[in-house]
Amino acid sequence: MSLVNVSNLVAGYGNNAPILQNVDMTLQQGQIGVIVGPNGAGKSTLLKSIFGLLNIHSGEITHNDKSIIHLRADQLVQQGLAFVPQEFNVFESMSVEENLEMGAFIRSDDLSDSIDKVYGYFPPLKEKRNQPAGELSGGQRQMVAMGRALMSNPSLLLLDEPTAGLSPLFMEKIFERIIAVNKSGVTVLMVEQHARQALAIADMGFVLVTGQNAFTDTGQALLQDDDVARSFLGG
Amino acid sequence: MNEIIFFINKVLISGAAIGSVYAMGAIGVTLIFGILRFAHFAHGDMMTLGAFFAFALTVMFPQAGQAIGLPTGFVMLPVAMLLTAIIAVLLDKTFYLPLRNNNVSPVVMVMASIGVTLMLQGLIRLFGGIEARYFFFAERKDIFRIALPFEDASRKIVITEPQILLFLFTLFSVFAIHYILNKTKFGKAMRAVSDNPDLARVSGINIQKVTIVTWLIAGSLAAAAGTLLSLDVSLKPDLSFNLLLPIFAAAIVGGVGHPYGAIVGGYVVGFAETLSIFNWAIFLRPFRDSLPEWFELSSNLALVPTEYKITVPFFILVVILIWRPTGLFKGKVI
Repeated sequence: MSLVNVSNLVAGYGNNAPILQNVDMTLQQGQIGVIVGPNGAGKSTLLKSIFGLLNIHSGEITHNDKSIIHLRADQLVQQGLAFVPQEFNVFESMSVEENLEMGAFIRSDDLSDSIDKVYGYFPPLKEKRNQPAGELSGGQRQMVAMGRALMSNPSLLLLDEPTAGLSPLFMEKIFERIIAVNKSGVTVLMVEQHARQALAIADMGFVLVTGQNAFTDTGQALLQDDDVARSFLGG
Repeated sequence: MNEIIFFINKVLISGAAIGSVYAMGAIGVTLIFGILRFAHFAHGDMMTLGAFFAFALTVMFPQAGQAIGLPTGFVMLPVAMLLTAIIAVLLDKTFYLPLRNNNVSPVVMVMASIGVTLMLQGLIRLFGGIEARYFFFAERKDIFRIALPFEDASRKIVITEPQILLFLFTLFSVFAIHYILNKTKFGKAMRAVSDNPDLARVSGINIQKVTIVTWLIAGSLAAAAGTLLSLDVSLKPDLSFNLLLPIFAAAIVGGVGHPYGAIVGGYVVGFAETLSIFNWAIFLRPFRDSLPEWFELSSNLALVPTEYKITVPFFILVVILIWRPTGLFKGKVI
């Protein structure tokens, strides 16, 4: 069954002209979905709309067949969604472990198992657990940000350009961790600039162009599609 | 020796007392700024309000303190703190929340808080009158005179019971604030909201609850500072007016949004005030005979006349803003 479903979505910032024009998207439980497209296509806008951060003009977004468009962020976290923004995605003045605790604000049970699990995914964080997150490198910050999001035990993890600004080596590592997280049963939906690498690990790919669906198919099919390659992936 | 005792009484004890009051006020101002991003000008009046609650309770139950040997005003403090904390939450719900929901700019919030200041001042005068009031109308204020074991020390160190209570209470609040911010879920969430409000929201932190906790802490500290200061001197309806500027100076000196900075800032401003109104001529008097003839020792060598002591926090504020605009502890730039 579809975990998240977006239909006929028209959304944008404030009451300005909407950026997304009738976008559709469906992701099944346990899949990795990747949203790619040129700059300004509305990729991040789509992700933020799902997490209730933008003004939705019309259309519907459902999670587990329930509409989520009128929920506040903390209610969405309660519903099992978690969002990692592209920038400013850690609490810089707080330690790594405190960042993780903040991701679990909605929970009132014991967190130690979940924290150990996050350190299992991202071993470098364990030795930096008491260091302020603002002192970490870009790649480690991304790990803290993803770890923080995982602390609420989400069923759907939304990642906005998780590899932006990282070296190719680190990008590989982050993708590898995303696959590991996905294998543990978390559905992942992410926006990516590194389209080829991202589509290679994607179950579903969504190519957006100027706020509309251009191509939707499995990751592999999109990579082999000549139209997609010519118009978007650069040959 | 007497000169040193005079210095201890006038500068150290007085400075520590007023510094403690500033520190407790500045913690509230800095927490509110950190969470809600606006300078809360009505903070001074929340102090006056808290002191009036404590005074009203003292009038109602004048015997309460004698039972346990503490000033009645101090015994009533927890109730006054609770009442003021509730009022603070209600003020937020009534005046500030609707504005926040409309995403107004911080300047509008500041203006609204000035409006709340005027309203509170009016209400306090309406119900409390304008005269100065003394907490010790039915009981005696204990004043401790400590003699030092030196032969030439004829003066004594003077410290009042309210001052001792003020020091102890400030110490307790500092540890309590430290504990709350570093060990409790809501305290950590307060730091998270202060650090990055957007990320706090997407993390699922309930901003409304964090806001309420912030007002409860700020309101109760304001009531405590106002009451403890009034116990030591007197309760006047314009108490807040003289406290507001030093408190903001303390918050900015320490680095806005930085609770530990606010504590340090409070004492910096407090001691700076007492140091600058201290009559330094006293230290020169013993050497009067050996001073050069052209130097005529005047009777008062204070840096600032007492009536102008309010200029001291202004001066500190200007120096800090030029020398280190984010404050001693690198707070937020306003």
